[in-house]
Amino acid sequence: MTKYVIKRLLLIIPIVLGVAIIVFSIINLIPGDPGRRMLGPMATQEQVELLNDQLGYHLPFFQRLGNYLKDLVQLRFGNSYKDGTPVIHTIMSNFPYTLKLAILQTVLYSVIGISLGVLSAVKQYSALDNIVRVISISFSAFPSFWVYMVALLVFSLYLGWLPSSGAESWKSYVLPVGCAGILSASSLQRLTRTTMLESIRQDFVRTARAKGCAEGTVIWKHAFLNAMLPVLNQIGISFGMLLGGTVIAESVFGMPGLGTVIITAVNSKDVPMVMAATVFLAAIFCFLVVMLDVITALVDPRAKAKLTR
Amino acid sequence: MEAQSRQTKDRVPAVEVRDLSVEYHSGGSVVHAVNHISFTLEKGRTLGLVGETGAGKTSTALALMRLLPDRVSVIPNGEIRLKGDNVLELPESHMRMMRGSIISMIFQDPMTALNPIMTVGNQIAEAIRNHASDKMTKEQVNRRVEEVLELVGIPAERKNNYPLQFSGGMKQRVVIAIALACRPDILIADEPTTALDVTIQAQVLALISRLKEQLGTSMIMISHDLGVVVRTCDDVAIMYAGEIIEYGSVEQIYGPGDHHPYTVGLFGAIPDLKSKARRLSPIDGLMPDPSNLPTGCKFSPRCPHCTEACRQQEPPETERDGHIIRCHLFGGEKV
Amino acid sequence: MKKQTEFSDLKRGRGKEIWRLFRRNKPAMIGLVLFLIIVLIAIFADVIIDEEQCYAFSGAPLESPSAAHLFGTDNLGRDLFARLVHGSRYSLSIGIFATILSLAVGAFIGAACGYFGGWLDNIVMRFFDVIASIPGMLLIMVLVMALGQGMQNLIYALMISGVPGYARFVRSTVLNLTDMEYVQCAKSYGTGSFRIILRHVLPNAIGPIIIMLAGSVSGTILAAASYSFMGFGIQQPTPEWGAIISNSRQFMRLAPAYAIIPGMFIVLTAMSINLIGDGLRDALDPRLKD
Repeated sequence: MTKYVIKRLLLIIPIVLGVAIIVFSIINLIPGDPGRRMLGPMATQEQVELLNDQLGYHLPFFQRLGNYLKDLVQLRFGNSYKDGTPVIHTIMSNFPYTLKLAILQTVLYSVIGISLGVLSAVKQYSALDNIVRVISISFSAFPSFWVYMVALLVFSLYLGWLPSSGAESWKSYVLPVGCAGILSASSLQRLTRTTMLESIRQDFVRTARAKGCAEGTVIWKHAFLNAMLPVLNQIGISFGMLLGGTVIAESVFGMPGLGTVIITAVNSKDVPMVMAATVFLAAIFCFLVVMLDVITALVDPRAKAKLTR
Repeated sequence: MEAQSRQTKDRVPAVEVRDLSVEYHSGGSVVHAVNHISFTLEKGRTLGLVGETGAGKTSTALALMRLLPDRVSVIPNGEIRLKGDNVLELPESHMRMMRGSIISMIFQDPMTALNPIMTVGNQIAEAIRNHASDKMTKEQVNRRVEEVLELVGIPAERKNNYPLQFSGGMKQRVVIAIALACRPDILIADEPTTALDVTIQAQVLALISRLKEQLGTSMIMISHDLGVVVRTCDDVAIMYAGEIIEYGSVEQIYGPGDHHPYTVGLFGAIPDLKSKARRLSPIDGLMPDPSNLPTGCKFSPRCPHCTEACRQQEPPETERDGHIIRCHLFGGEKV
Repeated sequence: MKKQTEFSDLKRGRGKEIWRLFRRNKPAMIGLVLFLIIVLIAIFADVIIDEEQCYAFSGAPLESPSAAHLFGTDNLGRDLFARLVHGSRYSLSIGIFATILSLAVGAFIGAACGYFGGWLDNIVMRFFDVIASIPGMLLIMVLVMALGQGMQNLIYALMISGVPGYARFVRSTVLNLTDMEYVQCAKSYGTGSFRIILRHVLPNAIGPIIIMLAGSVSGTILAAASYSFMGFGIQQPTPEWGAIISNSRQFMRLAPAYAIIPGMFIVLTAMSINLIGDGLRDALDPRLKD
C-alpha cells in the first residue's frame, strides 16, 4: 500500500508537467508580446524589444517551453509581468482566503446534500422526497453569480446586515458560503439519493435485515456506508475544482483570493502568474485525487485489491 | 406443569401457513405472486418448495421473514404462524428480534449477500449481538464467531477477511454461518446452491443437512432442482403460478402413483441416465403472466389433459394419506 | 426481412412507452411546455420585437418597467425586453451547440478508445487526465483569451472543456457493453467492429447519453452566462443574458429590476431543461423506480 501511494504521488509530476505544457501552448496563442504589455503603449519600441529579449520572448517556442519546464522542476515560478514580484508569493498570500471559502462551502453543501439525499432515498416517493426533488432540480437551474448578486442586494444593500465586500470578519463569509452551499447541495442530494437507492436494493441489505438488525443499523451501517464512496469521491473532486472556481464569489462579494488573482492575471496576460496558478491548482487537484483513492482503498477492500494488484 | 407446557409447545408446528397470498402493486397492475397457499412444517422436518422461476417460492419465503419490500407488496389475506406466533400481527420490533434467532434465511447469491466493506467476522458478530443479552462480553461474542466459523468449515483466523477474499462456495458458508449464528428454530434456504459450481454444490448441501441435524432446526428448502430436494427434504410442495399444486412426502412425490400433470412434466424434463432411449419431454409453453392469471386451473393452458372444466373452475383438492393434488383429474375426494 | 420489422416495432413500442411514462410526470411536462415556449421566443424573436430595439437608445437610462418598456431600460436607455427576447437566441444556441459538439467529438473519441483499447486508449486517456486536472474555469478563460472573445470561440472553449467528460463516459459505457454477451455473440458470428458499435453498442448507450445531455445543456447555458458575466464570453453590446447581468452590476441599487429580470430568464430556461432531463431519466431508467 505504501509503495502504491508513493508511486501515485510520483505520477503527479508528469501530469503537472503535462498541464504546464498544454497551458503554456495555449497562452502562446494569445496575441501581443509581454514587453509591450508590461511597459504600456507609451514605451518606445526599443525599450519593448529590450525587455522582450530579457524575458526570452524572441526564442523559438519550444526553447521557451523547455526553459519554463526547466525552471518549473526547480520550483522557480518566475516574476509577475505586471509588478515584477515573485508570483509564488502572490499566490501563497491569496490562497488561504480561497481555501477557507472552499472548505466552508464544501462542508455546508455536503451536510445539506447528503442528509437530504439519504432522507429522500429512505422515504422514496413520499411527499418529502418529491418536494426535495423539485427544489433540488430548481436550485441547480440558478446561475450562481446571479444568486450572489440578489443576495448581496437584499442582505447588504437593502437590509445592511452583512458587509458588501472584504473578508475581514465572519460576516463576509455568510453570503458566499450560504448561497454556494445551498446551490451546490442540489447536485449532491441527487447523487446521494441515487447511490443510496441502489445500495438499499442490494442483497446484503436484505441479509442485514434477515439477521435482525434494527432499521437504523440497516440504513446507516450497511446501506449508507456503501453508498458513500461515490459521494465522497464527488465531494473530493468538486473541492479540487472549487479551489479554482471561487472566482465568481470573490468577484461579486469583493473578497481577496486566488480567483481574483487569476482573473486579473488572465486579463492582463500576466503569463508567469497564470502558469503558476494553473500548475499550483493542478498539483493540488492531483494530490486530492490520490488521497481520495487512498481513502477509498482504506474503506473498501475491493478498491484496495484493484489498486494494489 | 412446566414439562407439560413445554410438551404442548413442542407440538406446535414450526411453521404454519394458512391461505396466504402475496401481491405486488406497481404502476396500476397487480402481480399475484402467491395465491392462497397453506402448508405446515413440523419441528425438525424439512419441506421442499419446488417450482420454476417466478412460481412464488421466494415471495413465500420473504413473507415468512416479513421482508417483502413494504412499499409495493401487499398480503391481502392469510396467516403465518412461526412457533405459534402470528407473524403478520407482530409489531416490527418484535419481528426484528425473531429474525435471526427464531427464523433465518440463506440467500441464493452469496456473491451479493455479504456486505463488501465489512469483515466476515463482524458480519457474523452483528447477528450474534443483535440477539445476545447485554451481558455477553466482547470476548464471548468473539469466541462464538470463531465457533460458528469452525462449524461451517472456515478456519477461525479468517474472520478478519473481507468477502472478496473468499470463493463463491466459501462465501456461501459465511452466509450459512450468519444464518445459523443464533441457532434459529427455522431455516429457509433459498436456492442455496444455484449460484455455485456443481462440485461445491454437494459440499454445501451436505453442510446444511449436517448442521440442520446437529441443531435440530426445521428447514424450508427452496429449489427448482428435484435432485437437491430428494437428498435433503422430508416433504415436498410443488408450486406453480403462486399455488401449491401438489404436496406430499418425498416418497409420495417421487414414487409412482397419481401425480399432478405439472409434476409429471417436471420429472419428464430431467434427463434419465439409466434409460438412454427415452427422450426428454419438456413442458410446452410458459408460466402464465402473474399479473393476468387464467381463470380455472392456472396450468390448464399448458396441460395435456386439459378439459373445459379446467378452464372454468378452480381445481378441487384431492387428498390421500396426506398426499394432496389440486387437479380436476382426480375428482376431489378426501381419503 | 421479418426480423427487421419486428425489431423496429419493438423500438417504436419503446418510444411510445417512454413517452407514456414521460407524459405522466407532471413537472417534466411543465418543463417541456416551458422549454417549447422559450424555443418559440428564440425562433420568432424578430416577430415579437424588432432586433434594432436591442440597440436603439429608446428611453431614459435605467427606467423602471412600464407599458412602453415592459422590463424597463438599461443604463444606456435600451429596451430590456427586446434585449432579453433576442438574448434567448444566444443562450440557447450556445447551450445546444456546445453540448452537441462536445458530445459528438467526445463520443467518437470515447467509442474508439473503448472499442479498440491498447495504445490509442492509453495515450488519449492520459491526455484527458491532464486536461481534467486543469481547473475548468481557468482552462476556459485561457482558451477564450487565446482564441479571442465572441460567441463562436466561447462555444469552442466550452466544447474543448466538455470533451474529456463525454469521452470517458462513452468509453466506459462501450467497455461495459462490449463485455455483454449479446455483443460477444455478434462478434462470434463475424459482425464487423464498426457495425457492432453502430448496431449494438450505441443504441444501448443512448439512454444514459440522453440523460447526460439534458443536464449538460442546462449546465452549459449556466456556464456560458457565467463566463459572459465575468467578461470572458460574449461582450456588450450583444444582448447575451450573462453579459446583460454583468452590465447591471454597477446599477444594482438604482435599478434592481435590471439585475433581477435577466436572471429569471436564465433560471426558467435552465429549469425547463432540468425538468425535462429528470422526466427522461425516470422514463428511460425505470430501474431506479420500484
